[in-house]
Amino acid sequence: MGICAPLGDSFLARGMKQLPAISLDHPLALIAAVFHPWIAAGIAMLICFFACYLTALSWADLTYVLPTTAFGYVIIALLGKFWLNEQISAYRWAGILLITIGVGFVSQGPSLTEQPEKDRAEAVEVQS
Amino acid sequence: MISVMMPALGTGGVNPWLAAAMISGVAITSTIGEVCTAAAMKSIGDLDEIRARSGLKGAIVAVLTCPMFFIGVGFLALAFFALLLALNHLSLSLTGPASASLTLVTNAIAAKIFLKENVDRRRWTAAVLVCIGVYLLAH
Repeated sequence: MGICAPLGDSFLARGMKQLPAISLDHPLALIAAVFHPWIAAGIAMLICFFACYLTALSWADLTYVLPTTAFGYVIIALLGKFWLNEQISAYRWAGILLITIGVGFVSQGPSLTEQPEKDRAEAVEVQS
Repeated sequence: MISVMMPALGTGGVNPWLAAAMISGVAITSTIGEVCTAAAMKSIGDLDEIRARSGLKGAIVAVLTCPMFFIGVGFLALAFFALLLALNHLSLSLTGPASASLTLVTNAIAAKIFLKENVDRRRWTAAVLVCIGVYLLAH
């Protein structure tokens, strides 16, 4: 999840910047944009992210999975630093450190809240 | 106090209350979407087990036949358009971290209330640390 989402966003951004400006008067241009190699790669990565996200939600709590997805921000910053040679300010390093500590903190605990069977059955009943 | 601080945060001349409403709109629709999607996945069960039993096709069918999943995805799509609307009026440096941080907190509250998750001190601490981290990354 932490790798697919930032890579997908980066690919989409790179692809959209290579295309001419798309006007709302010509919405079909958006459909054509889907076939651009970078945009297609970005969509594929985001589909991978969503599949991983859904799988994680099927066995772990939302409050366990969500902070973990924030690790993608760290990957983006590190990609910018080591791949694109961007400068990272002290504020950003502090942000990277805090997110890493936060993700490490939550991953030390149990991934799923154990609920009594009765509560779980009621919850499923309400959902259906 | 908010009206004094918000222009400095990049509302770009937009009424600070309107800016707060737009960012809240992103957080609320996103939270409803995340909670509904999480509830749907919990009702379906462990996807790894379903895939081992019925194959990838079986796992995809299990997800696509759950109505709650589509409600969740619908709200996530709404959140996306709410974010586009906010970005159209406000700066990215305000909208990005503010909506991401607020969504983390509202998700923790909603998960505790609606999904009955055990949001203990460890998870609250992690949510707050990630919120501050996202804010710092945007500066």
